[in-house]
Amino acid sequence: MRTPWSEFWRKFRKQHVALAAGGFVLVLVVLAVLAPYVVPFDAENFFDYDTLNSPPSAKHWFGVDPLGRDIFSRLLMGSRISLTAGFVSVAFGAVIGTVLGLVAGYYEGWWDRAIMRLCDVLFAFPGILLAIAIVAILGSGMANVIIAVSIFSIPTFARLVRGNTLALKHLTYVESARSIGASDTTIVLRHIFPGTISAVVVYFSMRIGTSIITAASLSFLGMGAQPPTPEWGAMLNEARSEMMTAPHVALFPAVAIFLTVLAFNLLGDGLRDALDPKIEQR
Amino acid sequence: MLQYIVKRLLGLVPTLLIVGVLVFLLVHLLPGDPARLAAGPDANPETVQLVRKDLGLDRPLPQQFLRFVAGALTGDFGKSMRTKRQVSTEIADRFAPTFWLTVCAMAWSVVFGMGIGIVSAVWRNRWPDRLGMTLAVSGISFPAFALGMVLMQVFAVQLNWLPTVGADTWKHYILPSLTLGAAVAAIMARFTRSSFVDILQEDFIRTARAKGLSEPVVVAKHALRNALIPVLTMMGLQFGFLLGGSIVVEVVFNWPGMGRLLVDAVDMRDYPVIQALVLLFSLEFILINLIVDVLYGLINPTIRFR
Repeated sequence: MRTPWSEFWRKFRKQHVALAAGGFVLVLVVLAVLAPYVVPFDAENFFDYDTLNSPPSAKHWFGVDPLGRDIFSRLLMGSRISLTAGFVSVAFGAVIGTVLGLVAGYYEGWWDRAIMRLCDVLFAFPGILLAIAIVAILGSGMANVIIAVSIFSIPTFARLVRGNTLALKHLTYVESARSIGASDTTIVLRHIFPGTISAVVVYFSMRIGTSIITAASLSFLGMGAQPPTPEWGAMLNEARSEMMTAPHVALFPAVAIFLTVLAFNLLGDGLRDALDPKIEQR
Repeated sequence: MLQYIVKRLLGLVPTLLIVGVLVFLLVHLLPGDPARLAAGPDANPETVQLVRKDLGLDRPLPQQFLRFVAGALTGDFGKSMRTKRQVSTEIADRFAPTFWLTVCAMAWSVVFGMGIGIVSAVWRNRWPDRLGMTLAVSGISFPAFALGMVLMQVFAVQLNWLPTVGADTWKHYILPSLTLGAAVAAIMARFTRSSFVDILQEDFIRTARAKGLSEPVVVAKHALRNALIPVLTMMGLQFGFLLGGSIVVEVVFNWPGMGRLLVDAVDMRDYPVIQALVLLFSLEFILINLIVDVLYGLINPTIRFR
């Protein structure tokens, strides 16, 4: 039987790069969950004073940082922070944004104007600036960074879902649902919301990459996770002063952020190609 | 055309007003008393009271807001809590380095981004496309601060070709603007490619080819102008990304611009400076989008007369 799921899987299966990226994300998530049990050394409290700044070796796979901490262990523990920050903030942004988008698109009029004005205002703060302003109010720390990045993601989802809702609500099947007396709630939840899911899923994956970078950037600027927390952006900031003597200290967290974000972006590209009905016609 | 610009300008007023209210409320949303913050940690209650009066914080909120707006319009944001200098002079020194940095970054990311995008679209699904798109997806995945550190390590420290920090000569601009523009170039490349792929399948392109025009002419004259319209909108949005990104890049390269000033101000909880900078960054972004809209009208006559 051809269900939407089997259709999606049939197309997604052909995207080898995206499949590999998805596999990589899966491995990362498993590693992050298991990290406390598999790390060879304590990420924050183990100091090997004999091998300060030493390059990768059999004992310390990714080398040792200037304080004598094992970089591999710190990266593994840091993956928990970055993945949580990326996922939680985008989840919040997506849920709130989707609700706002559905309301704005379905009811139009006053609701639409108010919500879109809110989005305009949020969009008026370029890039990371909004997150910095929010952290300036709430104070630094990873929890506040997640709140800031969530708010930062809301308008993107709201606009996307609103656009889809406007397009869907005049289609015949929605009209017929209305004509047999379905309530607004039923129409929105059962008939319009499912039509917006595929776009939301694609954006979700893409935004996780952006959010991981934003959260790491804030930590890099000293506004997010504070030392000795092994957050990847904070690790890079700590490594700056040792770039001359021990560039490997910066190299590994940089590669970790790059590969993680790359995997989410490639996954997002694959999802888009598999979910976009326009692609197959070409 | 003029009517269109005026209409767009008026449309900005409510957004600007709300942004202004938010920035004004920044100080009042803070946990704690702004007067105490301004007076410093060891001030006695009388001094705090004096500071409160001096800053006008004892007046009703709407009146304070009007004062803030009047100040903002005349460029008066009060004094920096950290340096005790006027915020406007503090920012004046920092504006040009940031402005030129973003302009350089935009210029080369448009050239490279569109170049890669067009090449990828014309040789779609062949090796130039694959190479270009691999570069592009890597570009959007590499965080600017990490890229900046890598570039500085390789070109300034190891090879010693370029200076590491500062903003004195044109050589100082190369690494920071490359770092800042990389992600935007990548986004532009992806966007230009998809825009071009759509255009190249249009009937008028087939007609142009059918009447015997060479492929370079078809691409440069017929496709480019039409593909430019969405790309231009994208450029306006990306300028915001650059303005925000400059904050991070300036910290990496110790750049004497507004971004680093903002990070220092957040660090020291220097609220007058934060207020002024947040307002300035958003204003700049809003104005650039207005300019893009106007250009959009120039390129695409169907928009202008609505």
